[in-house]
Amino acid sequence: MNLQPAPLLSVKDLSVHFKGTAKLVGSAPVKAVDGLSFDVYQGETLGIAGESGSGKSTLARALIGINKPTSGKIFVRGHEIVDFSNSALRQIRKKIQMVFQDPYDSLDPLFTISQSIAEGLQVRDLPRSEIPTEVLRLLETVKLPGSLATRYPKELSGGQRQRVAIARALATNPDLIICDEAVAALDVSVRAQILNLLQDIQEQTGISFIFISHDLSTLRYISKNVAIMYAGKIIEHGDSDAVLTHPQHPYTRALVSAVPNIAGNKGDKIKSIGEPPDLANVPSGCAFNPRCRESVAQCLIQTPQLLPTAQGPKVACHLIPPIESLQLSPGGERRE
Amino acid sequence: MNDHFEEIERSLDSPSFRSRAWHSLKADKVAFTSVVIVLLLIIVAICAPWFAPKQPLYQYPDGLSDIGAPQGPGRNFLLGADQNGRDVLSRLIFGARVSLTVGVVATALASMIGVTIGAISGYMGGWVESILMRLTDIVLSFPILLFCIALIAVTGPSTKNVVLVIAFAYWTYLARIIRSQVLSLKEREFIIAARSLGLTTPQIIRRHIIPHLIPTIIVYSTLGVATSILIEASLSFLGIGVPLPQPSWGEMISEGQKYFQSAPWLLIAPGVTIIFAVLAFNLMGDWLTDLFDASSTGVKR
Repeated sequence: MNLQPAPLLSVKDLSVHFKGTAKLVGSAPVKAVDGLSFDVYQGETLGIAGESGSGKSTLARALIGINKPTSGKIFVRGHEIVDFSNSALRQIRKKIQMVFQDPYDSLDPLFTISQSIAEGLQVRDLPRSEIPTEVLRLLETVKLPGSLATRYPKELSGGQRQRVAIARALATNPDLIICDEAVAALDVSVRAQILNLLQDIQEQTGISFIFISHDLSTLRYISKNVAIMYAGKIIEHGDSDAVLTHPQHPYTRALVSAVPNIAGNKGDKIKSIGEPPDLANVPSGCAFNPRCRESVAQCLIQTPQLLPTAQGPKVACHLIPPIESLQLSPGGERRE
Repeated sequence: MNDHFEEIERSLDSPSFRSRAWHSLKADKVAFTSVVIVLLLIIVAICAPWFAPKQPLYQYPDGLSDIGAPQGPGRNFLLGADQNGRDVLSRLIFGARVSLTVGVVATALASMIGVTIGAISGYMGGWVESILMRLTDIVLSFPILLFCIALIAVTGPSTKNVVLVIAFAYWTYLARIIRSQVLSLKEREFIIAARSLGLTTPQIIRRHIIPHLIPTIIVYSTLGVATSILIEASLSFLGIGVPLPQPSWGEMISEGQKYFQSAPWLLIAPGVTIIFAVLAFNLMGDWLTDLFDASSTGVKR
C-alpha cells in the first residue's frame, strides 16, 4: 500500500543543531534534531511522539522554515527546499502549514477572525472580492458559524480558536498541516471534536498531517503511522497499532506502559529511570543507554541504526534483531 | 451564507477603536479629568495671547506696592504679581507654551530615535543588537541632569538645546522597551504562523509587529511629555533652561523661591501648575495603558 509513486514530504538525514548559549570555549551545540529521515505520503497522518525535549517541536519548526536545518534535506513533492528566503520557494513553503499548541497565542489578537483567515488567502493572491466568500467557506469547513467572522480571538473559546487556526492553515491550500500539540491545550471533549474535524478534512481534501503529541492515545486515534523520538532521533517508526500495542524499543515500551489504563493493572508498568538527556551532551552510543535497564556493552559504544524488524516497524536498538532483506516495512521507506 | 458578507468586507479594514475609547473615558472619572486638563493645557498654550489677561513680559507699575513688594492675588492680578510687577497668571499661560512645546517636541524626537533603534535591535538580533544596546546602556548610564548642565554650559542655554538634551536622555527608555517588546513579539506563535503563511519580513513588521507597538509608543510618549516638562522645569530652575525673559514654569519657581515668605503665590502658582500638568499627563498615560491593554487581551484591570 505504500508503493505510491513519490512521497509528499521527504526528510533526509535532517539535523537542527543550536549553538551553545554559553560563549565560553567548549560549549557543545544542542542537537535538537539529529539525523532524521522519514516520508509522509499524500492523505497520510504521521504521528510523532516523544517526551519534552526530544526535538519534536524543533522538527516542526524546521519543516515550516522557522529553524534552519544544520544539515540534511527536505523535499516537498520532489522539490528540495534549500533557501527559505527565496520567493519562489516561498510558494512551495505555503504547501506546509502549521497549527500551534496554544490557540490563545497563534492568532493575532488585533485581527478579527476573518482578517486572520484572509491573510492566508491574500498570500495566495486571491482577488479581494472573492475573499469574504472564501472566508465563509473555510469557516464552514471547520464548522464555525459565519457570525464569528467579525469577532476577535478573545471572544472565542479555545476550541473555536483552534478551528480558526485550522481554517487559516487551510486557506493557503496546503498539502500538509503540522499539528504541534494542537489538541493538548483543549478539554477532552473538545479534543475529540477537533480530531474528528481533522479526519473529516483529510477525507474530503486528501491532505496529509504530521501530528506531534506526547499523548499516545491521541496519536493512535488519528495517525496511521507513528514515529517515536528520543534525543533528536527516531528510535521506532511504523504502523501505529504495531508500535503502540507491541512496542519493541525499550523506550517505547516504557512510554506505552506509562499510559494509564482504565483496568488499573500496574503490574507491567515499567518504571522510568533518570532524566531526559542533555541535548548538548548526548550519551555516547545509544542515547537511551543510561536509562535503559537492558543495555549491553555495545549500547555504550555504537549508535544503533533505525532498521526494519520482523514485526514490521523499524527500530533503532541493538537488542532487536533487524531483518536482513530489503523488505518494505509498513509505513516506512526503503533503507538506503 | 451571504448574511455576513458585508460585515466581513468591512472588518477587513480597521476595527472601531474610537467608540471603545469614548466609552471607557465616560466611565472613568479620573481619566476623563486628566484628558480634559491635557486638552485644556494644549488649547491654552496654543491660544495663549487670547487667554492671558495681561502682557507676560510687561512690568506693571501697579503690580508693586508703595514699598516695592509684589501685589498679592486680587481683582487686578488674579494670581498676584511677581517681584518685577509682572502678572503671574499671564506668565503661567505663556509658560505653558514653552513647557508643552519642549515636552512634545522632545518626546517626539525621542520616540523616533527610540522606536527605530529598539525595533531594529529587537528584530535583527546578533551583533547589530549588541552594538545598539551597548550604545543605549552608555547613554543610560549618564546622570541626566549633570549631563544637561555640562552640555548647556558648553553650548549655552537655548530652547533648542533643552529639547535636544531631553530627547537625548529619553530615547534610551523607549529603545529598551520597544526592543523587549519586539523580542517577545518575534517569538509569539502568531508571528511564526505569519512567517509560515509566507508573508515577507516587511509585511510581518507592518501588519503584525507595528500595530502591537503603537500602544506602547503612545503610552510612553504621554509619560515622556510629563517627564520632559519636569526636566525642563528643573533645567529652568537651575537657570540653564529656556533663556530669559521667556516665561517658563521652572524659571518662575526659581525666581519665586527668593520671596517665598513674603509672596508665597510666586511659588505656589507655578508649583501647582506643574503638579497638575505632570499628573494629568501621567494619568492619561495610565488610562491609555489600560485602554490598549484591554483591547489586546480582553482583561480589564
